Amino acid sequence: MILNVQHFVETEQKHWQRLESMLDRLERDASYQMDLRELQQFYALYRRATADLAKISTFASEQTVRQYLETLVARAYGEIHEIRAKPHFQPLKWFFQIFPRTFRRHIRVFWLSLAITCAGVIFGGLAISFDVSAKEILIGPFSHLSGDPGKRVAEEESGSEDRLAGRKAHFSTQLMTHNTEVSILILAMGMTWGVGSAMLLFYNGVILGAVALDYILAGQTKFLLGWLMPHGVVEIPSFIIAGQAGLLLGGALIGWGSRTPLRGRLRAISSDLTTLICGVAIMLVWAGFMEAFLSQYHEPVIPYGVKIGLGGVELVVLILFLTTSGFNKGADGASTVSAS
Amino acid sequence: MNLDSNKTNTLLIQTGDGIEFPLFLASPVTRFVAWLVDCACIAAASNLISAGLAGFGWLSWDVVGAVTTLAYFAISIGYGIAWEWYGRGQTLGKRLLRLRVVDAQGLRLQFNQIFVRNLLRALDALPLFYLVGGITSLLNRSGQRLGDLAANTVVIRLLPGMDANLEQLFAGKYNSFREHPHLVARLRQKTTPAEAGIALEAILRREEFEPDARVALFESLARHFGEVQKFPSEATDGMTDEQYIRNVVDVLFRTRV
Repeated sequence: MILNVQHFVETEQKHWQRLESMLDRLERDASYQMDLRELQQFYALYRRATADLAKISTFASEQTVRQYLETLVARAYGEIHEIRAKPHFQPLKWFFQIFPRTFRRHIRVFWLSLAITCAGVIFGGLAISFDVSAKEILIGPFSHLSGDPGKRVAEEESGSEDRLAGRKAHFSTQLMTHNTEVSILILAMGMTWGVGSAMLLFYNGVILGAVALDYILAGQTKFLLGWLMPHGVVEIPSFIIAGQAGLLLGGALIGWGSRTPLRGRLRAISSDLTTLICGVAIMLVWAGFMEAFLSQYHEPVIPYGVKIGLGGVELVVLILFLTTSGFNKGADGASTVSAS
Repeated sequence: MNLDSNKTNTLLIQTGDGIEFPLFLASPVTRFVAWLVDCACIAAASNLISAGLAGFGWLSWDVVGAVTTLAYFAISIGYGIAWEWYGRGQTLGKRLLRLRVVDAQGLRLQFNQIFVRNLLRALDALPLFYLVGGITSLLNRSGQRLGDLAANTVVIRLLPGMDANLEQLFAGKYNSFREHPHLVARLRQKTTPAEAGIALEAILRREEFEPDARVALFESLARHFGEVQKFPSEATDGMTDEQYIRNVVDVLFRTRV
């Protein structure tokens, strides 16, 4: 093809600049919507730029122009060929509808996550019941849990001073951030085809089972329930939902029974992972408050019956929220994933 | 769309119209340096906030401690997410090193992708200094760490313009090849864009090579371009291989002298 490059650049430059300014505007403002006339013009300019790139790409001498056009076409390509809807974030709708729907859509993965945790609980409980010395190995790293339950209960119930006086708010935020980091790690471990997430869930279950049985065998069941339930009925499901997200990621990597390519499978679940882990973070904020402001206070300050009752109410509300909130037959039954 | 992964440092994206455009992938080392810059920013922001909040200690140290903990957590997790979302795929560190996060298929970057790739830093950063992420990106053809794989993103480097460099390199210098305009025209016709790009890169980065490697590289390039288009001996006599390539690049790229 014979092409007067200088003339070509001078003629086309204004069109490229027009396309560039439209792209700048789109990229500056994520919520900007073009009207029909602008869309037609944008598409025409994109086609023109791609045609110009095809013309110029055979010219060895015009590397700078070619690079400019490649960058321009690359930016416009993303806008033209994007078929995913731009998110319009509504926090209340997201929390009360999208989050529980996403949870329900992957309920089988949640059951798997719960089963792994329960297996850990059983293992931890059995280990303690068969061999008391296992307690040191299993709970050893958690020094505040490894002592004699009877002694601890006696100390807690006879304590006249508020151990958390003047640091409850700080303690609660430490719990929230630490637990959220653990949840993020459980999700991230999904990249090991789900094995890492399963191991963390199991380990969490082992600790829970060992501690629980240790207190039960010591005859401190009421204390255990009063201590764990106010925050645990939200915190433990949070970890299990984080595990659900991790196993979902692992499942997408493995891709059993799916003909969708790996990129497509990962793209399909990315919004669900975001939704699940953000929902978990919010649940952990609540759990952190409850643990710092309520769980650490025992009889005679707060009767165990009140704490256990409150924990029971929280559990019922959580179950109702996750199973019924935002219920929509169509959205709940949909197999495709497009949250937010 | 097809993704061409044959080139180790380039992701070639082909549009439905048959047009190709490359995304130049960033090296793990450059990304690590950008991350160090970002770490410094996070540390500076956290220190500033805790120093600022300390002034409210008289009100309640408990609340100050709580807000400081939340602020540090929000900054360390949210820094990358917020910058990459509002900065079109660039944090401060990436901006300084001219890097950008983009969708691996050339599509528009979505918030979910940014969120997932940043959350998975928890795994990539293990056991320390991004060892897992670094090894993964070295093994991956597109240089993706685990977070990039899950989010379907790549980190690319943005190329600077080359006009100014060329003008500084060649302006006002005699080029014996220009005495033979018909041969110059043939050279331009026969040279592919890739060949021209290699010659240009060699000239622009000539100071980065070891002396022996520099001599060998320009000898090989001069031999190649000599085969593409032969110039008469009066135009090349006494000329070093490097000068030969400088002349080639000059006539190829400075067409509007």
